Amino acid sequence: MAQNERKTIYSYGYKRCADQDAAEPVRRPVVVVGAGPVGLAAAIDLAQRDVPVVLIDDADRIGEGSRGICWSKRTLEICDRLGVGEKLVEQGVTWKLGKVFHGDDLVFAFDLLPEEGHKMPAFINLQQYYLEKALCDRTDEFDNLDLRWRNKLTGIEPRNDHVRLTIETPEGPYRLDADWLIAADGARSSTRDLLGLQFSGVTFEDKFLIADIKMKADFPTERRFWFDPSFHSGQSALMHKQPDNVWRIDLQLGPDADVEAEQEPARVRARIERILGDIPFELEWVSIYRFNCRRLDRFVHGRVVFVGDAAHQVSPFGARGANSGIQDAENLAWKLAAVLRGEAGLSLIDSYERERTQAADENIAHSTRSTDFIAPHSSAERRLRNAVLDLADRTEFARRMINSGRLSVATVYDTTLSTPDEDAFKGSAKLGAPVPDAPMRTPKGEGHLLEHIPGEFTLLYVKNGAPPKVPDGVRLETVGADLSDSDGSFAQRFDATPGAAYLLRPDQHLCARWRHVDAAKITAARDRALGRN
Amino acid sequence: MAKLVTASQFAEPDDAYVTLVQARRGLSDEAAADLDTKLVLILANHIGDLDVLKEAIALAKRAK
Repeated sequence: MAQNERKTIYSYGYKRCADQDAAEPVRRPVVVVGAGPVGLAAAIDLAQRDVPVVLIDDADRIGEGSRGICWSKRTLEICDRLGVGEKLVEQGVTWKLGKVFHGDDLVFAFDLLPEEGHKMPAFINLQQYYLEKALCDRTDEFDNLDLRWRNKLTGIEPRNDHVRLTIETPEGPYRLDADWLIAADGARSSTRDLLGLQFSGVTFEDKFLIADIKMKADFPTERRFWFDPSFHSGQSALMHKQPDNVWRIDLQLGPDADVEAEQEPARVRARIERILGDIPFELEWVSIYRFNCRRLDRFVHGRVVFVGDAAHQVSPFGARGANSGIQDAENLAWKLAAVLRGEAGLSLIDSYERERTQAADENIAHSTRSTDFIAPHSSAERRLRNAVLDLADRTEFARRMINSGRLSVATVYDTTLSTPDEDAFKGSAKLGAPVPDAPMRTPKGEGHLLEHIPGEFTLLYVKNGAPPKVPDGVRLETVGADLSDSDGSFAQRFDATPGAAYLLRPDQHLCARWRHVDAAKITAARDRALGRN
Repeated sequence: MAKLVTASQFAEPDDAYVTLVQARRGLSDEAAADLDTKLVLILANHIGDLDVLKEAIALAKRAK
């Protein structure tokens, strides 16, 4: 929980809208609360799917503080589909290596993307306000996306097939009806409070100092993590590069740290000088945090659907917060669009809850284990942790137990929307997971597979004579005709053989595959992925 | 189905015991606890079976 107020980085203005002057509440298909990364992603994804969206936020600005900085490959792939991926990569610091030190000695290094042929890198670091700015700019390109600043949700009345909202503005309140309300209003969600919902989970006692500093240094772009370094004895430390010569420094302070005193600039500077020695630096942003690993029991409450931090929270080790929130948004957007078009029933929204609570549980488990390793609960647990670190330079098994954060990867959904394999497949493509990217050549030149899966059901068919007939609403892409496998990566990653076919959901997750397929099987798998059975 | 072997496996149990005694002779409680913790990790990995580990923990917690 941040303890300080944030300065404004970008300002936006309140504008009166016609809904405020309507005699009766206007009915909207979707209202999204919260214009952070998750709410913005949900709103843009829906708008791209021709669903009109109202996005409201109680502020009128994007605030300072890097907050989220690590954006994962899957998040970048989603952002690419939303039209901002390349811009983010251009702005961000690309990295894939992590190093772990015990004391001042390197004990372990990892590479998060050891193979080539993916459009997006394993991770970029980019201040959250830049990502929010890029998404805000993108919203301007949609006539069916209405972003309303200084519109604060103050009331929710659940009705049978919609919710009636009360929204406070600088000119007074107005009411609005929504078929669906997406609550993306963050860790301190007022939607959650208005519905009286509680979190279950754990709060960690240890406090952490997070500082963003500006300095000119030629440290590597890797994620560097220390257990018990000489500059911060007995505790852990993390250092990571952001654009604009800004560096994230994260220092464990223990459970007894004084929150006020630890934020005093002189005290923070002294701690950082111990790390940097003589290198001059400026403090950009300082905050003290305690971490929660918890979630709502249910993410869907009638016509209100929770996404991101409003639904679940994790510690930051592993970058599983904002990244998983953006993946919530992607999972929900296509399903809500299908329900609103009448192509699917409410069971498809239930599948959002099942798939994303699976993801939340996975993220919470990883994040809890990382936090247990980084901040042991007792001296007996610390002894065990230190024994692992002591053994790490001589044994592989101990190196693999070191947990400074298991970094965010997409969840492989164990879901009824997938059609179980009838044929055996090897390769890195997994049923229920986003498909791996691969280089693809088209008549226009070299590119990547995921660029050709823009957000509809897609059958990827490996050419072997005439292609199968596909039902309405399914795109056909033929590898060996429209697309060609530039260097054999596709064949390897998909274990592709002539005639093989792969059905991808609108969120690029693999939901069915066959060595040989016919129209009936494709239709059945598509219907299943829409929750129709 | 129990997987943990509790029947004696050392041909000379006294040799095994004295080896463990000698490893900690002269150590402070602190240093002995550090040693034991590392031994637990090394041997647990050598066994490499989570079910056996869980049975061993349950047995150790019961035995007083």
